[in-house]
Amino acid sequence: MKQYTAFFRMRLLAGLQYRSAALAGMSTQLVWGTMEILLYRAFWLSDPSRFPMGMEALAAYIWLQQAFLAFFALWYWEWDLVEAVKTGSVAYELTRPTDLYGMWMARALALRLSRAALRAGPILLVGALLPAPYGLRLRIAPPVFLAFLCSMALMLVVVCAYTLLIYSLSFYLTDANGVMALSVAAADLLGGGVVPLPFLPDGLRQFAQLSPFGAMQNIPLRIFGGDIPPEGIPAAMGLQLFWAVVLITAGALLTRSGLRRAVILGG
Amino acid sequence: MRLYLKFLSLHVKSALTYRASFLLSCLGQLLVTVNTFLGVKFLLDRFGTIAGYTLPQLALCFAVILAATSLAECFARGLDAFASVLSEARFDRILVRPRGILFQLLCEKIKLTMAPRLLQAALMLVWSISAGAVQWTAAKAVVLTLMILCGAALFFGLFLINAALCFFTLESLEVMNIFTDGPREYGKYPFGIYGKGVLWILTLLVPLALVQYWPLQYLLDRGPGWYGLLPLLSLLFLIPCTALWRLGVRHYRSTGS
Amino acid sequence: MIEMRDVSKTYRVRKREAGLGSALRRLVSGGWDEVPALQGLSFTIPDGQVVGYIGPNGAGKSTTIKILSGILRPDSGSCTVDGLVPWENRKAHVARLGVVFGQRSQLWWDVPILDSFQLLRDIYRVPPRAFTETLERLTELLDLGDLLRTPARMLSLGQRMRCEVAAALLHSPKVLFLDEPTIGLDAVSKLKVREFIREENHTRGTTVILTTHDMQDVEALCSRVLLIGKGRLLLDGTPGEIRSMAGENLSTEESVADLYRRFGI
Repeated sequence: MKQYTAFFRMRLLAGLQYRSAALAGMSTQLVWGTMEILLYRAFWLSDPSRFPMGMEALAAYIWLQQAFLAFFALWYWEWDLVEAVKTGSVAYELTRPTDLYGMWMARALALRLSRAALRAGPILLVGALLPAPYGLRLRIAPPVFLAFLCSMALMLVVVCAYTLLIYSLSFYLTDANGVMALSVAAADLLGGGVVPLPFLPDGLRQFAQLSPFGAMQNIPLRIFGGDIPPEGIPAAMGLQLFWAVVLITAGALLTRSGLRRAVILGG
Repeated sequence: MRLYLKFLSLHVKSALTYRASFLLSCLGQLLVTVNTFLGVKFLLDRFGTIAGYTLPQLALCFAVILAATSLAECFARGLDAFASVLSEARFDRILVRPRGILFQLLCEKIKLTMAPRLLQAALMLVWSISAGAVQWTAAKAVVLTLMILCGAALFFGLFLINAALCFFTLESLEVMNIFTDGPREYGKYPFGIYGKGVLWILTLLVPLALVQYWPLQYLLDRGPGWYGLLPLLSLLFLIPCTALWRLGVRHYRSTGS
Repeated sequence: MIEMRDVSKTYRVRKREAGLGSALRRLVSGGWDEVPALQGLSFTIPDGQVVGYIGPNGAGKSTTIKILSGILRPDSGSCTVDGLVPWENRKAHVARLGVVFGQRSQLWWDVPILDSFQLLRDIYRVPPRAFTETLERLTELLDLGDLLRTPARMLSLGQRMRCEVAAALLHSPKVLFLDEPTIGLDAVSKLKVREFIREENHTRGTTVILTTHDMQDVEALCSRVLLIGKGRLLLDGTPGEIRSMAGENLSTEESVADLYRRFGI
């Protein structure tokens, strides 16, 4: 466990080095959040009756999305890791007394947490300062808020497990770039990046909700806004848990057998 | 020009060496903007129209912005990715060759994976025309061309600012995304939809609305004819961009990296 | 003729410290340090000389080369190459200049070498006749033959460096800067590159400035050595003189190390 925390600290430190990048990223996210809000505002004002969620819930969704972008953006790939798998140099990891999958998981979690840690605060603050219904308001009861926090953690695990599954696939594929490009696009569409899932047409929406991508930003962000009512939370989080278990199991198994293969092939 | 074509042919040759990964990155680039269009379509299917625009009219609007950004990204990639040109010391190499600095930079990188996006823009344009978004006249066709070309020039100017700032910061400023990647994303709707404030900023400060919102009003018979000439006015924006670039080069040559 | 008179250059660099605390502090403020790179450097190199430019890492070698090639403008002092001020008449100056940056290639990675060469021909506006002649000569001297049809990524380091040197000479420059041209090369390639540089200087009178850590390069090629340290010219003499300045019975390598020690650099 200690090696994981040491690693974690290193990452956070490395992330802090890029102060200008963090500041810049934050202001970009603020502008993008504002543009999204303005856009949906136009639709909301034109016909509130066709709006599939409350404007307040949508505003909460957008500000949390901007603040915690690093939690679920699949395109934060760790290219050095993919490269290590591809070239076979990952076999050297066997010389360390740690489990490869656990190490990867720690890396992935640390990367995303450190990126979000620097940016989230100010964005949430600005979101909270905006007037209703365009600002970020806490309108849920404390127990629901607790569920939101757990769901955020679950999302982070699902996202990391998904990326690790792709890394482990590159043991077997000559070029994982295609899978990665498709994943990014699918996660954007089915995960609620292009538009929040309630805005998708029937059929596609139900499919998206059940897919692993639907277990990412979709659930915690909508719990916070109250769009998923308290009675729907257990089922939603159950789905997250289900995908977390499936993705971790698959990723761990593939990593173990892939590593064995890499050793036999001699890198 | 002949030299540029020579560079272009070498870029094509290089790209074809890794055919599979070239096609995959084409696909990746394309899926992003296809998703963007799907987002517009889902919302319009639900709401019918927005601010009086129909889906074919929005497709026209998005096609203009997509074509302009893709052209600029394809040919001015050396400016867009200037931080990497600097960090790999390729800028020093450019300085020791007897050709224009900016010209060599444009030759340095040509992003051929933008081609599918141009195709998407063309398809959206064709669909929008066949769906009768606009009552076409010869003048309107000219204005449409102006919108795309001046738009590309405008993005070129923005990339130039981005590159010039790299001389001072040595890393790419993510803030510039607001004005480079941002408009491609938000230009899918006419800028007027985001409210008066945004529209005026994009008219007077960073004149993107001069190649999108205002001339679009003319194309859709919602505004007077002189709106169609506004894209030409936007070219004035290139003056401060070039000035900043010159300043950046001077700074680099007095401080090194 | 290359003339440097009293040239000085100072860099400003960001302060960087280790640790979480200072990383956080850097979020708020950033300090600057002044690092002098050159302090009143003067020398003159007549046409047709082969000069070894040596000194420990960070002595100011690459700053000098950057100033001479017009990339960098010095804070003070004057510098001319054949009467031109490098950073003021950039295009005219670099058209007569060939540069080999040892570690960085100017060849295209994925296309045959010949394509890269033809591109350089067009960049430097070399007339077709002159290009063919030069290419033939270089191909023969550097033994390029089959390499011309091979992409750079498939060449060995030695083969690539030979192509790299040829690329810098396609426009028949009057002055050639070589930055560690033999680093990492095997014995055969090393000898071939050296032999070629000697030949080029002999038959065409090309002025060559060679920065290197390899004293055998210097001994084999240079009639003159400039030693710099901490941005100042410390020694200007022949390789033989450098040798005799240091203690008896030392190899060239050891005598240079001995000199560095004596100058405290």
